[in-house]
Formats: sequence, C-alpha cells, structure tokens
Amino acid sequence: MISKFQIAFNNLLRKKARTLLTLVGIMLSSWVLVSLLGFNRGYEHALNRDIDNMGYQLMVMAKGCPYEAATMMLKGGGGLRYIEQSMVDNIACKTEVADVTPILMQAFFDPDKGDGGGIAGYFGVDPVSYPGMKPFLRFHKGGWFQEAEASEAVMGYEAAELEQRDVGDMIMVPEKNVKLTVVGILERTGTQDDGTIFVPLKTLQHISETDKITTIGIKLKKDADSAKLENVLYQLPDVQVVSLTQVKQTIIKLISTARVMVFSIALIALLIAMVGVVNTVLMSVLERKQEIGILKTMGAMPADIFRLVWTETLILCSVGGIAGIGLAVVFARLSDIVIRRILPYAPGGELVAIDLTLALLTLGVIVFVGLLSGIYPAWHAGKVRPMESIRSEG
Amino acid sequence: MMFEQGTALAAHDLTRVYHRGNEKIRALDGVSLTIRSGEFVSFMGPSGSGKTTLVNLLGCLENPSSGKLHLGGRSIFGNGTILGEQALTRIRREVFGYIFQNFYLIPTLTVRENVALPLAFYKKSGIDGDVETLLKMLGMDHRMNHLPGQISGGEMQRVAIARALVNRPEILLADEPTGNLDTKRSGEIGEVLQDLNRRSGLTIVMVTHNPLIGRLGGRLIEMRDGRAYEN
Repeated sequence: MISKFQIAFNNLLRKKARTLLTLVGIMLSSWVLVSLLGFNRGYEHALNRDIDNMGYQLMVMAKGCPYEAATMMLKGGGGLRYIEQSMVDNIACKTEVADVTPILMQAFFDPDKGDGGGIAGYFGVDPVSYPGMKPFLRFHKGGWFQEAEASEAVMGYEAAELEQRDVGDMIMVPEKNVKLTVVGILERTGTQDDGTIFVPLKTLQHISETDKITTIGIKLKKDADSAKLENVLYQLPDVQVVSLTQVKQTIIKLISTARVMVFSIALIALLIAMVGVVNTVLMSVLERKQEIGILKTMGAMPADIFRLVWTETLILCSVGGIAGIGLAVVFARLSDIVIRRILPYAPGGELVAIDLTLALLTLGVIVFVGLLSGIYPAWHAGKVRPMESIRSEG
Repeated sequence: MMFEQGTALAAHDLTRVYHRGNEKIRALDGVSLTIRSGEFVSFMGPSGSGKTTLVNLLGCLENPSSGKLHLGGRSIFGNGTILGEQALTRIRREVFGYIFQNFYLIPTLTVRENVALPLAFYKKSGIDGDVETLLKMLGMDHRMNHLPGQISGGEMQRVAIARALVNRPEILLADEPTGNLDTKRSGEIGEVLQDLNRRSGLTIVMVTHNPLIGRLGGRLIEMRDGRAYEN
C-alpha cells in the first residue's frame, strides 16, 4: 500500500530544482528567524550574567558619559579618567554600603597583538576586597595573589589560552617591559572575566606610575535604598554614579531598537519564502490538474486532495525549517562573531543561544505560516473537477 | 422508465448542453439506453459526436442537463434527484473503474505503487487489494518495480487497467483506451478487456475510434450529433 505521504513526497521530487530552491528559501528564513530569537534570548541572558557577575551594584567613576564608562568597564577598555583612592574610605562608611573595592583599569599598546598590534587591558584589583565580591570565581589552576604588591597576575581562562600561559609562566606588560608571574588561571565563566588579566591594584598603580584609581565598585547591603545612596554619592566632587541596573536597561533598550529592525527583515524573509511556497505548490497543482482529476475518478474526495497538497507544503516547510535550524546551530559561533563585530558592546558568553524549545518554536512558526500559505493551492486543487481534466484531454 | 433486474445502467432522454459564451452546444441530445450487468458495450462515432460526453455522464463524472439516469436501481439524476460532487465521488469509487487514452500514471511511482494508488484514498470493504495478483493477471508482474517511463505504451495501459480494477469495480469505463497505441498493442489491450468481460463478467463501457476494437464488445452503439444509434 502506498500512503498519501509517499504520494505527496513523490510529487515534490518531480521538479527537483524547483523544490530545492523553495527549500533553500524556507531554510534561510528559518535560519534568520531562529538566530534572531536565539540572539534575543542569548544577549539578554549574557548581559544579565555579565552585570550580575560584577559582584557590585553601583560604580563610582570620574565624570563623563556614564554609559560609555559602564560599557568600558564591562568591556575592559581604557582611556578612563581617574579618581582619588581616598574616596574609597569615604564611601565605605555609608550605612547602605556592605563593601567597596577600588579598581584601576589600564590599557597598554601591545605591538605583538593581532596583525597591527592591539590594546592589552589590565585590571588592578584589591586582593582582599575584590575576591570577596566575586566568591563565585573558581580557579582552573593556582589562586589569587599572595601579596598586595606582588609582581603577579591572575588570568581569565580565555586570556591564558590566547597568550598560551600556565601557572608559573611570565607575562610581559607591553610598553612598560614589566614581567609578572602568572599565579592563577580562572575557570571559564562565560563572562568578560574570561578575557581579563588581573593584577594587584598597587602593582598596577606602580607600573602605571599613578596612585589613583578609575572605579570604585560598591556592593549594597541587603534591602539598602540604592537611590538614596546614589543621591549622596552625587554630592562627591567630580564623580558620577552608575547603577548597573540602569546600564542593563539602557543597553537592552538600545539593542531593542536594532532588534525590531532585524525582526522586520526576518519577517520579510519569511514572507518571501512563503510566497515561494505558494508559487511552488500552486504551479505544481496547475501542472497536475489532469492528474488530480484522475485521482478524483479513483475516489479521492476534495478533502483528500486538499490534504495531499497540504502535506506537500508541510513536507517543504518541515524539511526547510529543520535544515535552517540545523544551519543556525552549526553556524551559531559564526553568527556570534558577526554580531560581536557589529554591536558596540557585546557581553561575554554565548550571544546566540538556541535550545530545543526555541528550535521547536521556530519550526512551529515556519510550519504554521507555511500551512497558511498552502491553503490556497490546496483549496484550488480540491475543487478541480474530474470532468475538467478529461475534457481537456481532447 | 422501467428498471429491470440485472440492469447496470439505464438512461432516459439524457441531454447535456454546454454553454460557450452565448452559444448553446447540445453535446448529447436525448439519449435513452440500458446497459445490462456483464455487457461489453462499445460507443463509436466521429469526434464531437457526443460519445465521450455520454460515457462521462454514465460514469457519474458530471451531471446531465436533463433526463434520467439510474445506476443499479438507484436514481442518480432526474425525478428531482441531483447529486453533488461528494455523492458522485462516493458512487464513482464504489462502482466504477476508469481508463483513459493518456494512461495518467504518476511518473515517480513504480508500476506497483501506481496500481495501489486508489487504495490510498479508498479501499472497498471486503477486497484484498492484492496488487501483485492483479498485475500477474495482466501479465505485468515482471515490471512491478519499474517506473512508467521504463515501460511501453501498451504496458502502461495494462497498468492503468490494473489500477482501475484494484477496487473491484462493477463497471469499467474506457475512454479511447487504445487511442495512443499501435495496431498490435491496441489488439492486445482489446483482448485484455474482452477477457476481463468474459472471465469475470465485468461490465465494460468503452468509447473508441477503432472499429476492430469496437467490434470486440458484444454491443456496438454508434453516436452521431449527440444521438445514439444501435444496430
């Protein structure tokens, strides 16, 4: 016995090139759609993780664009203005504050980095307060610095991998020609910490010939009034306060605008693919009009013919959809790289997160829209009368 | 109209009018006839004589414009009965098997799959749907796994006959079954139909241009200008 599914499948094989082109169209739409949905989810998740993993809720830094400052802080960039370290004690005594940690970010030009050289970023952190704010950091090898002024460094997992350094190896601070011993390599966190090189604050200040810092991270007490503290901190001279919650919201808002545009493009791609489906299936129906009439003489009801043609649409959309999702999964890393090049700020970790739920959702959308597109050709086929085919025979 | 026992089809004053713009074309003009179960009836006549229209009406492929049509004692048309497309389909799949001049085999399906095709839509209760036996009976068992493109025209028509018979129809309607075949193959198909009629008592209603094939049936009806003339 032959099933209706086999008949539908065989019908699609008759015009292989046309079927293949339609499949490519659906596959591309599915790829774009699932990648965008994956990005939608992955970016927010990665951003949340990056910000939550900073260990503090507020940052105090020298005046300037607060969002640029926060972004640089997240990205580990350089070029920030400095603030006095004495301000740390001033902030630590506020009632809302649980802990504070001074940070100095420095960037040096490394001529050996990349093709034409690049910036090597260093995080000067306090060996006492900083690890306490990030208790979730685990070491792949070694541990934190032993002394406040040690010529030592702790490398993020990716930084160590990139520089091919192990515990006990030396790293050279470019421009300054200072050697540091690697005493610890962090486990992979999926955040910006992976690409960071941590150095004791005082050591980095010494290398940079400064006694200032760039940022103060503030961890609030549980149930502390963040807004009240922000108002107090704004009274301090020449500083700005950045709430990481606000930063998160602002970045998400910025990304949302771009997302709407990209979703519109995805929608257009989906519509074009579906017009392709209508064209392919309708052409196939018109070409087989006589044959459909003959199927009706064999006893096929209009509903049988409708289902047969709809099954063809279902096969096209399912195969194209699954292939597109497969491509999106295979090339997720590539999409990640492309997105990172386009966006001004991209958090660490997986930017395009495609899981089974998302894959099924995309497939559902593709199949649903495809079946909607298949209604007209299927209805057209269902109403073919056997006499039409026989009369047109001659 | 009297309907006698053993009558497969009965038509009374059957008329079919087509409209082409404002023009009325009377394709069938008051044909009355009775076909008994087990008969092999051939319709012959020139192109446009109405023979295909008549066979299409008898085969419930469309409704007549007027007249009466009975099928095995059941009124199909006339006396207030007009069946819709769904009801006609139900009758077609229960009663009829059809073969055509152009075979209409699906090129991507094998001979076996083509013959089994009607069973994908409807399988009459009590039939075994044994495709292989049917193909053996028609001498096509050795071509079972071939595609239509790999067999000759005569073989294609044998496959089409097997397909028409797979649901064990009561009446086989054949519209120019040898129209695309040479004399030798036409003779072979004619013999197959004659054999089916004699051995299994299958009622066959055939339209043909070929006088040799037309004479194979026990009854020959000539069609001219939409009317039927029987010698």
